[in-house]
Amino acid sequence: MSILVKNILRAVLFLIVQVFALDKIHLHQMVTPYLYFLFILWLPFKMQRSWLMIIAFIYGFILDSFWHNPGFHAAACVLIAYLRPFLVNIFIPQEGADTNFEEPSIKSMGGILPYIIFMSILSLFHNAWLFLLEAWQFGNIWYFLVKTILSTIISVLLIIITELIFVRKQKFRTNTV
Amino acid sequence: MGNIFLFIRRFSNLLLFLFLQVLSIYFIVSYSKFHEAAFGNTANKFTGRINKQFNKVEYYFQLKRTNDSLVKANERLYNKLRYNFNIADSSDKVFLDTIKVDSVSRFRKFNFLNAKVVANSIAAQSNFIVITGDNVHNFKKGMGIVGINNDVVGVITEVDGNYATVMSLLHKDSKLSGKLLKGGETGTLSWDGKKPNILSLNNIPKSAKISLGDTIITSGFSAIFPKGILIGRVTDIQPETTNNNYRIALKTTANFYNIEYVYAIESADAEPVKNILEKAKASAN
Repeated sequence: MSILVKNILRAVLFLIVQVFALDKIHLHQMVTPYLYFLFILWLPFKMQRSWLMIIAFIYGFILDSFWHNPGFHAAACVLIAYLRPFLVNIFIPQEGADTNFEEPSIKSMGGILPYIIFMSILSLFHNAWLFLLEAWQFGNIWYFLVKTILSTIISVLLIIITELIFVRKQKFRTNTV
Repeated sequence: MGNIFLFIRRFSNLLLFLFLQVLSIYFIVSYSKFHEAAFGNTANKFTGRINKQFNKVEYYFQLKRTNDSLVKANERLYNKLRYNFNIADSSDKVFLDTIKVDSVSRFRKFNFLNAKVVANSIAAQSNFIVITGDNVHNFKKGMGIVGINNDVVGVITEVDGNYATVMSLLHKDSKLSGKLLKGGETGTLSWDGKKPNILSLNNIPKSAKISLGDTIITSGFSAIFPKGILIGRVTDIQPETTNNNYRIALKTTANFYNIEYVYAIESADAEPVKNILEKAKASAN
């Protein structure tokens, strides 16, 4: 399957799951599980940062249009798309791993721990920015912090479950012929 | 000049990032303006259709609960029928009615139109409900929405095609007035964005006699809702330290978790009241 088709399918599936399953769940009226942004985290390494941000913006905007207030998810998605290349540079194990592999995964990030840290940081940024924009103020800092941290834990758990259920085969590609 | 291009090239990603963030925040801030202009028609129709298809499935699982609440609503209506009451003899006297029977519709102030909910959110800070049905073409912006048990749900903010968007009480910009049934003091309802079902009522002076469990009803001032529709019951009373008001928390009677049907209220008085208020405001300025 070509990379383009694969990613379009992923985007559609993640959106459907987010809008019609996860958004209906409210744990203690506080935590909504967010998983849809995993699509952005799984985009190929070689994609340019500007394209990454534009795709993230459109993707977030589509999700926003389901809930009739555009902007919130789009802003959060653009933020993580902007931060992703920095974190990839920090966590990628050896020189050139991002050219040998197609997209971020446990294998290409060199183990489960760096991968989970990578995912946790981006989930944290996504959720924090999203909740901050929704509340518009640091009205109740503890409420905001607890909500963000709990939501991030749930997001990371969902990401791990997704990784376990849908195993992505990562071919090792090398430049040397 | 060359330096500017160099700068733009060097920081193109950062600039694009900032641009997209500002664009998103602009959408958030001015969503209503923008919504009506460009976004509303196409996107709303598209997502509305998807939501409707999905709701067909979800609706099926809620049939039992919907049925129960309809039976209860019917029960209450039957209890209101006239033959349930002993009417005093004096009212049985035959006398000439000054209101013509034929023209009764002229004297009707409110008319209830049913609608079906296709999408509902409660987790965000600004929650909307999307409704559809045979009556949608009669809906107008600003009409009040009540739930199946005649309790306040929200106000229509937008109508296009076969769908109408309702700003529910659980929206940080939702500002309706509520009134204490017992004392008659009127305040403004708002939602702090934390618990769905818990609203706060502001501007109630400390002179008001109020206790836990008191009923809050619609004031009927804006003529969107008839006077006396249930909003909720008081669950917490806190005196404000900075002014002479109470901060009152109330639990809504409407259950926002599982709304399946709602009624939109067509009000004969809404338009004249709004016009006269605007005139008063204009002359005050």
